Amino acid sequence: MNADTDVPPIVEMRGITIRFPGVLALDNVDFTLRPGEIHSLMGENGAGKSTLIKALTGVYAIDSGSISIVGERQTFSTAADAQDAGISTVYQEVNLCANLSVGENVMLGHEKRRSTGIDWKATHSEAARHLASLGLTLDTRSILASHSIAIQQLVAISRAMVLDAKVLILDEPTSSLDRGEVEQLFGIMRDLRDKGVAILFVSHFLDQVYEISDRITVLRNGALVGEHPIAELPRDALVTKMIGRELEDLASIASTSHRDIDRTGTPVVKATGLGKRGVLEPADLEIYEGEVVGIAGLLGSGRTELVRLLYGADRADEGTVEVHGRHVRLHQPRQAIEHRISLSSENRREEGVVADLTVAENIVLGMQARQGWLRKIPKKDQDAVVQEYIEALGVRPANPNALVGNLSGGNQQKVLLARWLATAPELLVLDEPTRGIDVGAKADIQRKVAELSAQGLSVIFISSELEEVLRMAQRVVVLRDRKKIGELEAATTDLDDLIDYIANAGEGSAA
Amino acid sequence: MTAVYKHRLFWPIVSLITLIAINAIARPQFIKITMRDGELYGPLISILRESAPLMLVALGMTIVIATRGIDLSVGATMAVSGAVALTIIDGSGDPGNLGTVLTACVVALLVSLVLGAWNGFLVSVVGIQPIIATLVLMLAGRGVALLITGGFITTVNSEPFAFIASGYLVALPFAFLIGVVAIVVMSLVERRTALGVLTEAVGINPEASRLAGVRSRSIIWGAYMVSGVLAGVAGLIYASNIRAADANAAGVFIELYAILAVVLGGTSLNGGKFSIAGTVVGVLIIQTLESSILFLGVSSAQSPVFFGFVVALVVVVQSPRMREGLAALSGRMRSRGPGARNDDKVEVA
Repeated sequence: MNADTDVPPIVEMRGITIRFPGVLALDNVDFTLRPGEIHSLMGENGAGKSTLIKALTGVYAIDSGSISIVGERQTFSTAADAQDAGISTVYQEVNLCANLSVGENVMLGHEKRRSTGIDWKATHSEAARHLASLGLTLDTRSILASHSIAIQQLVAISRAMVLDAKVLILDEPTSSLDRGEVEQLFGIMRDLRDKGVAILFVSHFLDQVYEISDRITVLRNGALVGEHPIAELPRDALVTKMIGRELEDLASIASTSHRDIDRTGTPVVKATGLGKRGVLEPADLEIYEGEVVGIAGLLGSGRTELVRLLYGADRADEGTVEVHGRHVRLHQPRQAIEHRISLSSENRREEGVVADLTVAENIVLGMQARQGWLRKIPKKDQDAVVQEYIEALGVRPANPNALVGNLSGGNQQKVLLARWLATAPELLVLDEPTRGIDVGAKADIQRKVAELSAQGLSVIFISSELEEVLRMAQRVVVLRDRKKIGELEAATTDLDDLIDYIANAGEGSAA
Repeated sequence: MTAVYKHRLFWPIVSLITLIAINAIARPQFIKITMRDGELYGPLISILRESAPLMLVALGMTIVIATRGIDLSVGATMAVSGAVALTIIDGSGDPGNLGTVLTACVVALLVSLVLGAWNGFLVSVVGIQPIIATLVLMLAGRGVALLITGGFITTVNSEPFAFIASGYLVALPFAFLIGVVAIVVMSLVERRTALGVLTEAVGINPEASRLAGVRSRSIIWGAYMVSGVLAGVAGLIYASNIRAADANAAGVFIELYAILAVVLGGTSLNGGKFSIAGTVVGVLIIQTLESSILFLGVSSAQSPVFFGFVVALVVVVQSPRMREGLAALSGRMRSRGPGARNDDKVEVA
């Protein structure tokens, strides 16, 4: 907590405004970063966090406002300009050269030279020195891609230190790290702060924000809500500021979710012995009308693989699927869609949205694909559907003609949900629908899913957040090591039971 | 006002108009159109007539490029199409018979369809990269055409067949009208049905489209088939024009001109968003430029350099960086007084 308001700021952004086609991404936002502080930037998806960072790093040009670095007014037209001014960024997806060695990555562009060319030995030992100053002992000649994401991020930070960064921006660095790796990262962040580096930190994890930050700036809908020292901003106040309303109790969702499901009739969808060699051991799955089945398990346990086989995204080499008791062939997604099964992929950017099409075109895509290209859905009907879902899900901006690529992650997720709901599915498979999105959008999506399932929609809900799975589902299917290990009733299971089951069930006599 | 400058067809159209204007200033008869026996003549009409093969090929190329593909085999397909048609007409014993000519054309187009289907199969089913998949036919196709003609340049004297390239209908060249029909049909199919937006979706994000239930494979396959048939028609026009099937000369380099036309029209080689209207303008720019070279008397030794120079100029003017600069400049000028309004009816598609 050595950041005082009277220390002259290192970054001063004043009245920053950025417009995208159809979107006012930032509206007259001020932001101040002081040396020797860890400053968290908080806000929902679409609040403008990423845009503000991209303005500061020269990725986006600002439409109005000013940026000063150490009191000097700057106009960044490229990311290199910002880097020259001492601003370095480490993104969630590490932006280094994965196929080069650790040492080459750390020293890229600053290799040690001698008359005959690059002195690789000196370069690598210099890299090792930089890594050691962060407490890392790595073989600098190993290929970057062979290390975990956590290590790659730390390498990216060492690279920032080679560039002599005065400002270090960490955008969602912890989302794929485990607890120990987060601790290591935080240790390094504190060291750098004490050396006077200004750190801008973005994370969706409130615990981490409160653990590491000195100060918080909150954005909402592209506008500044406020800047506060951490001690003066309790958590509930922060959440209220972020979402602009009192957080409704998520327990109300749980109370509507935990109702009895009639499992005596024919299941809506029934998979028997569905499997694929090397991907998933044969598994059974039944989903009844109006039921939410959660799938729990660690990353790589086969959660995604199971639903992809069910949906026909990957072709199963054994097993059968029945829809309302009738055998069906699901070898292609469109066959699944014809049988009223929809899947929203966990990978929203690569497998979900079509970035260069508009919100409206993305929403209608699923319906149109099912109708076939010959029977175009009339413009009037398209507009009605699009308008309905933009309102029902609260897509922001509420502009059907905005390019989806310009929307935030949470809003892209809502567009995808709209696409699938518009196809009127009987079974909706949601793979990590709330990953990387904030509390407000998460609550919106959960509420909508609970509401639809109460009306009879069957849902498969996959999430890494076990509380969420337990809250949403009536029944939880548990996978481990690419194998289904059992099922639990959500109403009689608490979080500890579930964790214990995921970790231990089937090892011996249990289940 | 700004909308006009930012319209993606603004610079292509400016380039086209400038080219015509330069020609007209250098030699005013360039824009002269005369009516003889109810048929229109003049350099501009010749451009329309001569642009037909490139127009057809470029339209097909636009759809293929929209799916993230490319079709290098169109020139070879033209050669095969011409070879098939002329071999049938030549062997029929009655080259002047309309029925014979129609049969020959239909068979030639069916063969072109098969060639397109072969490309589409390699790309969409086997999964070969489009540039390699179509390279196969680009290299082998002319050989096939030579096999069909027995290694000779087959010539015919057939009035109905010659009509394709040199005939007139309602005062306009028949070849040009074929191009117009293709433009209108493509525009209607792409925009009145959902094929356009589904093609764009497949081009922008194939995997997301597949998971959304789009028949990506059929759409990609279909694009190559359309490209094949259109190249086949272009081959018939070419053969009709010289009244011969010349397997070594038909459609040489046309794939590259077609790609250039598509790009000049503002469709990105990365696939996705495409513009039929843009391609039409792109083709007209290239054809006008070709004619200018003859018309302005550029020597044949210098013409490739001249061509390349003008294309480079057009491409630079259209580049995003140049556009921003010009837009900023015109914005400053506009603030001083009202500018001329450009009409916005350029959108064919």
